[in-house]
Amino acid sequence: MGPSPETILNWVLFTPLVGAVVLLLLPRAQKHTLRVVANLFMLAGFLVSLPLVFWFDKGAPGFQFTVLKQWIPSLGVQYHLGLDGISLLLVMLTTALGFIAVLSSWAAIHDRVKEYYVMFLVLQTGMLGVFLSLDFFLFYVFWEVMLVPMYFIIGIWGHERRLYAAIKFFLYTLLGSVLMLLGILALFFFHAGLHESGAVCPAIGIAGHTAVEFYTFSVPVYLELGPLLPAGWQFWLFWAFFVAFAIKVPMVPFHTWLPDAHVEAPTAGSVILAGVLLKMGTYGFMRFSLPLFPEATREAVPVVVALSIIAIIYGALVCMMQKDMKKLIAYSSVSHMGFITLGIFSLNYLGLSGALLQQINHGISTGALFLIVGLLYERRHTRQISEFGGLSTPMPIFAALYLIISLASLGLPLLNGFIGEFWILLGAWQVSKLWAACAVLGIVLGAAYLLWLYQRVMFGEVTNPSNKSLPDVNLRELATLVPLVLWCFWIGIYPKPYFAVMEKPITTLVERVGAQPTTPVAVALPETTPTDEGREASQR
Amino acid sequence: MWSEFFQQEDLAAILPHLELALFACGILMMNFLLDRRHKYANALTALVGIAFSAYPLWGMWRRGYEELAFNGLIVVDPFFLFFSFIFLLAAAVVILMSIKYFEIEKEHEGEYYALILFATVGMMILAGGVDLITLFIGLELMAICFYLLTGFLRHDRRSNEAALKYFLLGVFSTGVLAYGFSLLYGVSGTTKIYQIADAVRERGLDDPVVFLAMVAVAAGLFFKVAAVPFHQWAPDAYEGAPTPITAFISVGSKAAAFALLLRLFLVALAPLRPHWEVLLAIVAVATMTLGNLAAINQSNIKRLLAYSSIGHVGYILLGLVAGNETGRTGIAVYIFAYAAMTLGAFAVVTGMRRADLMGDRLEDMRGLVSKNPTAALLMLIFLLSLTGIPPTAGFLGKYFIFLALIQTGHYYLVVFAALYVVVALYYYFRIVVMMFMQEAVEPGRMSFGPGLVAALAITALLTLLPGLYPEPLIRFAQSSILHFR
Repeated sequence: MGPSPETILNWVLFTPLVGAVVLLLLPRAQKHTLRVVANLFMLAGFLVSLPLVFWFDKGAPGFQFTVLKQWIPSLGVQYHLGLDGISLLLVMLTTALGFIAVLSSWAAIHDRVKEYYVMFLVLQTGMLGVFLSLDFFLFYVFWEVMLVPMYFIIGIWGHERRLYAAIKFFLYTLLGSVLMLLGILALFFFHAGLHESGAVCPAIGIAGHTAVEFYTFSVPVYLELGPLLPAGWQFWLFWAFFVAFAIKVPMVPFHTWLPDAHVEAPTAGSVILAGVLLKMGTYGFMRFSLPLFPEATREAVPVVVALSIIAIIYGALVCMMQKDMKKLIAYSSVSHMGFITLGIFSLNYLGLSGALLQQINHGISTGALFLIVGLLYERRHTRQISEFGGLSTPMPIFAALYLIISLASLGLPLLNGFIGEFWILLGAWQVSKLWAACAVLGIVLGAAYLLWLYQRVMFGEVTNPSNKSLPDVNLRELATLVPLVLWCFWIGIYPKPYFAVMEKPITTLVERVGAQPTTPVAVALPETTPTDEGREASQR
Repeated sequence: MWSEFFQQEDLAAILPHLELALFACGILMMNFLLDRRHKYANALTALVGIAFSAYPLWGMWRRGYEELAFNGLIVVDPFFLFFSFIFLLAAAVVILMSIKYFEIEKEHEGEYYALILFATVGMMILAGGVDLITLFIGLELMAICFYLLTGFLRHDRRSNEAALKYFLLGVFSTGVLAYGFSLLYGVSGTTKIYQIADAVRERGLDDPVVFLAMVAVAAGLFFKVAAVPFHQWAPDAYEGAPTPITAFISVGSKAAAFALLLRLFLVALAPLRPHWEVLLAIVAVATMTLGNLAAINQSNIKRLLAYSSIGHVGYILLGLVAGNETGRTGIAVYIFAYAAMTLGAFAVVTGMRRADLMGDRLEDMRGLVSKNPTAALLMLIFLLSLTGIPPTAGFLGKYFIFLALIQTGHYYLVVFAALYVVVALYYYFRIVVMMFMQEAVEPGRMSFGPGLVAALAITALLTLLPGLYPEPLIRFAQSSILHFR
């Protein structure tokens, strides 16, 4: 009895949770056993997810590997999992980065080891659940459940201001999610109100709903609702969802939780926060906001793009001023995530596919940068840039790895960041040359702060005597960094498989968000003109 | 003549009440025979009494037994059964919590358990009453037991003060309620709530007397459920009462008051819906606002939970504002969830009581995770549920309320309700921070007695299982509250 295409998503989702239960049963004192078991389960979680890559059918439309069971029939809630090209990439990122993050905490965590690993494994299941759920209720459950372990990871194993950072993270995210919950419920009633039980459903075009399915949270059904939603509904629902996702990304006015959370979290926590958690916001935009509220999306483009560009430039400028390495990298996330939202809200094929690829890239390179900061912190117990200098002399291998990752993050050709940013810029250019110009400024600034950081930390004489004899990376640290470096090269040199996987879903997405209202329901509504950007985007 | 008022079937309808009352009397007599070390036998007897009372209730539920007994004074219907189960659950958990607590307090007496059982009888009469007199008797039986129980720690000034406050304000509110009842009687010439409903409907919406009656009844009920602006007694009474009694007031008395409120508003005052819907909406928002904001700054856990429970009342009232099937189901689900998670949270607080430590300050929770990891984990689950984070029963309750409000188009109310979840998270997690992220003042293990462990196990199961698999609870709630006799 092993994973088969029918059940593999259950395996992917629950392997970490089973690990958490196993860990709970192990004695607290045996730290070594706990570490080994936790790492094995994370590795198993990654290995179990590997067949997805091989079994995934790039040409097939819709969702694959679906699992469907009734969960709460009287509420219309199903246990419904599935995968398309967008979620496949994010799931693989999660399983890989999750394993690396757990591996990186081997030597960093000494207190309450058992709870730490339990939290991490639960978190892993929560994150995977968000990407795999095809039922809105289930999605919401995972979206919330995941906050609890992350709260504890920051709050217990974090640095000095951890309590403040942890509760701030939780409150911000919860604020967004309760509004999203209301949005979900409104959609639920909108769908149910479209037709009588058993009648032809305008959303899926057939008399597909039995009495049980009539009240449904099924995402595939909801995805067809876009053109049917009246403009007024779209407006309110778009912004309700927007707040939830924008807080998660985070976009500029909502970004203040991020520096606190990233800086105070333990290394592995920061890796997961930056690498995976932020992607939930952008995933939410791509999976829900765009196809569900196409008209409202097109109207919101100027606002959202303005926020994205502010994020790109403001984030980069703030980075230039940082004295703390970790805080610098945290703010660089604001800037980089600004690129991704810019790509998404270009609403064309190039922008969206670039944004998706850039989500993976950002997960890899920012995750790796946090690992690097953590590595230095473990050796020197400081993150102040001024404490370092000339580290390339005692740590040559480290210097090489760090350089590659910096270059990948700032978008050097042949490394992953370049491809993503280039695609996003092309997409933005198609819509407005001004957007592209502003974004390019962000790239220049990005190169500046990352290289300047590298220069201050690695080059020159070793000025601080305590840095003279720092040990170079050990084998375990190599095992965490080298795969990420190789991954950077792979995407940078041969990104074709990635684009192949995302081609189908992104094409569908562009059609959905660009589609003019054609169905009678929408035509009967007051005439609203899409914005110029939207029309341009849809015509391309 | 006699048989007109009393038939044999009537006895069957009140068999659960009778058994509880008999056991309570038995405890009072048995208490004289027990020496100080064996007082726990009273608690065990009370538990047996609850089991004896639950068994016929369970039978009625299984058979779908419905009966209008005593010439239309008392009814046995799913609504009554649902609430009775909650009362018995609360009583059982409270008794389990009490044994060790009162041994430490050196006030371990049989009257205590007898009073708990009598209070439960009062609640059951309240839930099954369809006549103003019956309702009033049930209410008073329950309330008088609670006044006594609140002041049960004779040597503790806080307990005495709380009892007096609770008593004075409680009596006052009962007076207001009785005034409302008298007006309803004056309007309709009957005490039967179904006939009152007809009379009220005939009088129409604009009749000032009917309106005055509604306001008086509502004010009295707001006192009992601790809704703003009649909530002031709650924090003091909660803080001063012995912790298990705080739990019992918070769950039992509140659920009973809601049973009364639902009967009156959904039956007797149903024709006045346009009036009371607005009234309830305003009171609900005020209640949520005050409860949640006042809870932020509390340094005593019992006070904090008191204010938070005021907040929960706001949510339940919103279910009634929505008023459709989803809303009513939501009320039942919410009350069930509220009972389980509140009892659980108070059970943990009860366990903090030590011979040399009151254990009800926020500070006392410091480092609980190192002293008793299981208790800390369970408290976390209860607090998450109280906040409304899935997958817990508390989330399901809030979910239903939101669902109902959106279904009926109360968009502003639902945004308020949703945003207060965020506020609630903040103050509940002050406890979590103390438990998990602060060092204990005096390290060392801290074990809970068997009674408390059983109480925690029951409440934790009832908090988690409906969150993971809500179907049975939803069915239970729907079948009990959707149709009144």
